[in-house]
Amino acid sequence: MPFALLKYGLNNDYPFEKDADLPAPTALKRRYDVVIIGGGGHGVATAYYLAKYHGITNVAVLEKGYLGGGNTARNTAVIRSNYLTSDGVRFYSESVKLFQELSNEFNFNIMYSKRGQLTLAHTDSAIRGFRQRTEVNKHFGGKTELIDPQQIRELVPTLNMNPGHQPVLGGLWHMDGATARHDAVAWGYAKGATQRGVELHQLTEVTDVIVDDASGTVTGVKVKQGSAEQIIECGCAVQAVAGHSSLLAEKAGFRLPIVSYPLQAMVTQPVKPFLNPLVSSPAFHCYVQQTGRGELVFGGGSDPYPLYNTRSSLELKEQLLAHAVELFPFMANLKLMRQWAGLTDMTSDYSPIMGLSPVKNYYLDAGWGTWGFKSTPICGKTMAELVASGGKVPDLIKPFGVERFSEFRQVNEMGATAASH
Amino acid sequence: MNSVASTPSTALSQRLAAPMGLLLDRSETVQFRFEGQPVIGYKGDTIGSALLGNNYWMWSRSFKYHRARGPLTMSAHDANSLVQIQGEPNVLADKMAAANDLQVTGQNVNGTLAKDKDAILGHFGRFMPVGFYYRAFYKPKGVWDWWEKQIREKAGLGIADLKFTPEYYDKAYRFYDVVVVGSGPAGMTAALTAADAGVEVLLLEEHSVLGGSLTYADFSDLDDPEALRQQLISKVTQHDKITVMTDSVCNAWFVDNWLPVLHGKRLYKIRAKECIMATGSYEQHVVFRGNDLPGVVMCSAAMRMMKLYAIKPGQSAVVVTGNDDGYLTALALVAQGVEVKALVDMRGGVDDPTGTDSVETKNLIFRAQQAGIALRFGQTLYEAFGKEHVEAVEIRAIRGRGKVADNGDLLRCDLVCMSSGYMPAYQLLCQAGGQLSYDEERAEFAIRHLPEHLHIAGSVNGKHSIGAVIKDAEYAAATALALLGQPLATAPEAVECSRKVNYDWPIFPHPKGKDFVDYDEDLQSKDIVNATRMGYRDVQLVKRFSTVGMGPSQGRHSALPTARLVAQSTNRSITETGVTTARPPLTPEKLAYLAGRGFDPYRQTAMHHRHLELGAKMIPAGAWARPAFYPPQGSLLSGSAASPLIPRSRKIRNTAIEAEALHVRNHVGLIDVSTLGGIELRGPDAAELMNRIYTFGFLKQPVGKTRYAVLTSDQGVVVDDGVACRFADDCFYVTATTTGVDAVYRLMTFWNTQWRLDVDITNVTSAFAAVNLAGPDSRKVLEQLTDLDLSKEGFPYLACREGEIRIPVDGKADQTIPARLLRVGFVGELGYEIHVPSRYGEVLWDVLMQAGAAFDIKPFGVETQRLLRLEKGHIIISQDTDGMSHPGELGLDWAVSKNKPYFNGCRAVDIVMKRPQSRKLVGFKLPANLVAAGKKPEEGHLVLATSATEADITGNVTSCEYSPTVGAIIGMAYAGVHQSEVGARLPIRVNGEIVTAEVVALPFYDAEQARQDM
Repeated sequence: MPFALLKYGLNNDYPFEKDADLPAPTALKRRYDVVIIGGGGHGVATAYYLAKYHGITNVAVLEKGYLGGGNTARNTAVIRSNYLTSDGVRFYSESVKLFQELSNEFNFNIMYSKRGQLTLAHTDSAIRGFRQRTEVNKHFGGKTELIDPQQIRELVPTLNMNPGHQPVLGGLWHMDGATARHDAVAWGYAKGATQRGVELHQLTEVTDVIVDDASGTVTGVKVKQGSAEQIIECGCAVQAVAGHSSLLAEKAGFRLPIVSYPLQAMVTQPVKPFLNPLVSSPAFHCYVQQTGRGELVFGGGSDPYPLYNTRSSLELKEQLLAHAVELFPFMANLKLMRQWAGLTDMTSDYSPIMGLSPVKNYYLDAGWGTWGFKSTPICGKTMAELVASGGKVPDLIKPFGVERFSEFRQVNEMGATAASH
Repeated sequence: MNSVASTPSTALSQRLAAPMGLLLDRSETVQFRFEGQPVIGYKGDTIGSALLGNNYWMWSRSFKYHRARGPLTMSAHDANSLVQIQGEPNVLADKMAAANDLQVTGQNVNGTLAKDKDAILGHFGRFMPVGFYYRAFYKPKGVWDWWEKQIREKAGLGIADLKFTPEYYDKAYRFYDVVVVGSGPAGMTAALTAADAGVEVLLLEEHSVLGGSLTYADFSDLDDPEALRQQLISKVTQHDKITVMTDSVCNAWFVDNWLPVLHGKRLYKIRAKECIMATGSYEQHVVFRGNDLPGVVMCSAAMRMMKLYAIKPGQSAVVVTGNDDGYLTALALVAQGVEVKALVDMRGGVDDPTGTDSVETKNLIFRAQQAGIALRFGQTLYEAFGKEHVEAVEIRAIRGRGKVADNGDLLRCDLVCMSSGYMPAYQLLCQAGGQLSYDEERAEFAIRHLPEHLHIAGSVNGKHSIGAVIKDAEYAAATALALLGQPLATAPEAVECSRKVNYDWPIFPHPKGKDFVDYDEDLQSKDIVNATRMGYRDVQLVKRFSTVGMGPSQGRHSALPTARLVAQSTNRSITETGVTTARPPLTPEKLAYLAGRGFDPYRQTAMHHRHLELGAKMIPAGAWARPAFYPPQGSLLSGSAASPLIPRSRKIRNTAIEAEALHVRNHVGLIDVSTLGGIELRGPDAAELMNRIYTFGFLKQPVGKTRYAVLTSDQGVVVDDGVACRFADDCFYVTATTTGVDAVYRLMTFWNTQWRLDVDITNVTSAFAAVNLAGPDSRKVLEQLTDLDLSKEGFPYLACREGEIRIPVDGKADQTIPARLLRVGFVGELGYEIHVPSRYGEVLWDVLMQAGAAFDIKPFGVETQRLLRLEKGHIIISQDTDGMSHPGELGLDWAVSKNKPYFNGCRAVDIVMKRPQSRKLVGFKLPANLVAAGKKPEEGHLVLATSATEADITGNVTSCEYSPTVGAIIGMAYAGVHQSEVGARLPIRVNGEIVTAEVVALPFYDAEQARQDM
């Protein structure tokens, strides 16, 4: 029995006020040095690192719903770095390293679980692509191997090696692949940030971005709480609103090369653990992992049409589970308990948009498609550096500037994101 | 009663007499085993009711504390009833029919159900406060890895059968004017009202019989519910406009009344013009310590046990209620010989002096007194005692909201029935966008803001007397009919119902806890409150932090008390607090329903069977199957065994393709290229469209000539290629890659419309079968079969022709088939691509093989073609290109016209080709002996910077084979532009070691192009 639990268990007054992870709501101030729009993982992580490493604490995180209630709550919590491009691998590898430290750093268990991720190849061309990803990963110190069918059988004995007309020919075994309690990541960051003086305002929607026309500089935001609207001044602003990035950017006066699609995910009733690695098959548009609670979580491809709506749809669920059952026939007998959807802000190169924007002092953290959760720590850290330096873009995120689209210097990760999340 | 099971011989005789046991067929018995012990019941029993009939009340163990759990609702609406049957976890015991020879056990037990070693966890509950796992197990650093394993071992409920073989499930589609969900008095009335107006109605019922609450409940304003039920059923089942589906769960609501319905082994997908939800409401529990003990059940559960299954639920009961329905249950219990020791009415105390003042209540009080039931007003249960079954309760007076007197009375009993009110079955309605608002006066949630064409009737709509329910159903049906354009002559009016059935605050926290709000997740009232105190104030955050509502019953019983507790703790109204989002599915649905029959679409070419006869190794190419190569007899590998990562498989492949390649170079070979995309463009603007889509110029392409067609994307990346044949001024036939053709076709039709060009575009991929006849002897083979002039001058390289192929027929005159012939050079030999209508594909293959016999013609596969084209330095889109490859990097500058204003992607191509290049696709060569040394680069290996001091990645190998023709390892790779000159040294990392290749000029073979231009 860990000591922490003993302490709580033996005291009838638990929890004390000091044990609260999040402070009670306060009134908005008139001005903040930094306004962060969006209280998801990225927003609170940025606030946390601003306070922790840069001493900047006059910061407000504004969230229209509840903390971490957007895509932070809706993703399938995959952490990995087995991307294809050097820029991508370098960036996501840093994120994996930071994730591993978070529980102890926060004093809050995010339940980081290093299970390894296995991506299946059903064609020779997939093997070629996987070999390249393996080599790039190894090059940057990652633990990734290209494994053969026998090794796959040993890792996932329950997998059907010959589904349909597409036998499993090999796999990308990414030993660094992991998962964590996604909500806890946002909570841990929020806890650390608010303890250092950052203000988190939930149920506070930003309805407009105020830009000074003459200088092209952001000066404040208009916010709505209940039915009351007011203007909050700011020294600079960060937008971290995955799912609605292009809509908010429009309010700031510019367009983003982002198209948003709903993405369905779903979970079964809990059963006793039998599946350790995270398994995905790009060819079958299917991804599955078993959570710490014993539930199986499935994800797959996006809905086929753009939409700013997280409604559940039936057709994607049918396709996805048909594929899941081909890969794991016995799962036909398991029961689905819940489905939900998130919004993926897709860019044409399947990489994020981070850095400066056309508006001065207005920083972008957008275009997170299906790769947002796994980059939470490193994104927060580098965005904080960007903000603290007054707009000096850190090397790690230089490749991801929005200007890459007009300059045609994209960071193409298409092959490394399909249905692997 | 307790845990002493009755013997099978006495079990049946303990059942109540008819008319109790509506669902039972007492002429037939079923026998199965529970925890290894024999159980006997009647046909019509569920597993659960049969267990009760044999005095098994403990069915399973709870998720966190491993507490004994048994029936709660008896209607498949809770998770306490989840048991394991052989091969299937998480089976609802109160839903699944009892069947002979089942092997049923409890779930989530360490040991046996009766002796669960993990039950000790219950005693440590205080050390597992809400969200405890966030606060522990990570210090010192590294210990989490160990703890995680321990916790993971305890996770999950049932055990999945990993060897289960899927059964046959399928899908069907249905369309109705009106779909009514739920066949209670509201549902049947709504269905009849609509059907009488002449529209087609579907009535869905999740249980096996129609009637809903009429099957099990008693009513204060209806003496004989069974008579009404029979009357409605006879009308409904005889109505020719009503289709009835029982045992059918409408499991979600998707946009525009798209309803997935589970029935048998089929998923019905039903579109309703109008949908009426008469889904009823879920009876709610009272929160007190020990409210989860087996023997503590909902009032409606006790009613169901008696009326549906003829189970006498106990010998001596205590009923705790906050409404009149508890009285009806108490009266029914007495009528069936159960002693009701006390009827504890939470109303009517000092807080709520007028709570029992209504005429109906007074009438019931009178009836209860007449029946000799001891009544207690303004009191509640404070604790239930017992180990595996309730044995006694403590009753205390209520002293304010959630507070009780310091002392109480102890009563022995073996049954507790509770009713604190109802929660509308809101899930489907909230999935449709309905919003819950809390009526403080009635202490009840109402549903508002439903979309058009979705209606609501009965108790789900807050109507709680039979009279109001029936009127409400008529009103809903009339509204639906009006929207269907068939309004009733006299439209009924909307109904008000003031009957209050919910008690305001049926939550009585106990300092020692175990006062469960959420049974699924073992969450007590303090867990919910503490979550808010720790800062998780939003009900969504409370859910995520505490996991309330996340279990298998998805909050049916926890949503209301949670909303109340969170509202109180955060000083908000219950409406503001709300409940967590309801998501599909309503009830757990087997993946089999959604997967259905499992379609595995694939395509075969017209020559498919010939390849099989020849022993080809078939591989997927998109949805197509293509011959990879033709291995020697007996060495064909299939499935995973053919993985190129397995040395044996690789050896078979290499041996086969080297032999096939040499044969093409020296004699003649035949490959099936039917899967190549084919698009035909006809019309006056055909050349204009070609010109605007592809990079080359096509306006002046002569008739009878082919041209290489490269397609770039908006990012300037090469995304497809093919050969464009011009057969007439206004007719092009252009090939595309096997997997790219659909996208190319889509792009063309899109722009044809946008630009308003006059072109008919047809994707003719599957209309044509095609082969490539290649090799120095190919002309000799073909000239036997056609009258076309095949001479170098008459049909030169890069020309195309339309003509006929002769098919010799034994003893008769030759027949002919129409064909398109292209002289292309993909494999670098004299060769003819022959395209014929698909139905002639097999014939074409046969005649060519016959005509080629004299020249030792041999088939070759795509893997061989891959080697042959590599020798010629031709790229394959997506193998030698990636998401960034622009024409300049690929050495395709020549294929990009500089003399036209536009082509797809031209703006980006202009920009990227103008700036300094950073990498280039180059050819490289390595000595053959590296193959044996295991140092042959593989496709995907990295090219590194040439400088010794840095090891940056500059590129990657895209193609690499041993070429028997060249006698060396040859390949193509992206290289940094500084290392891309011929003669440069190219460091490639092969299995961790650097192999230095030499950059060479492309092609590797026949640089003079003499062979293909014969």
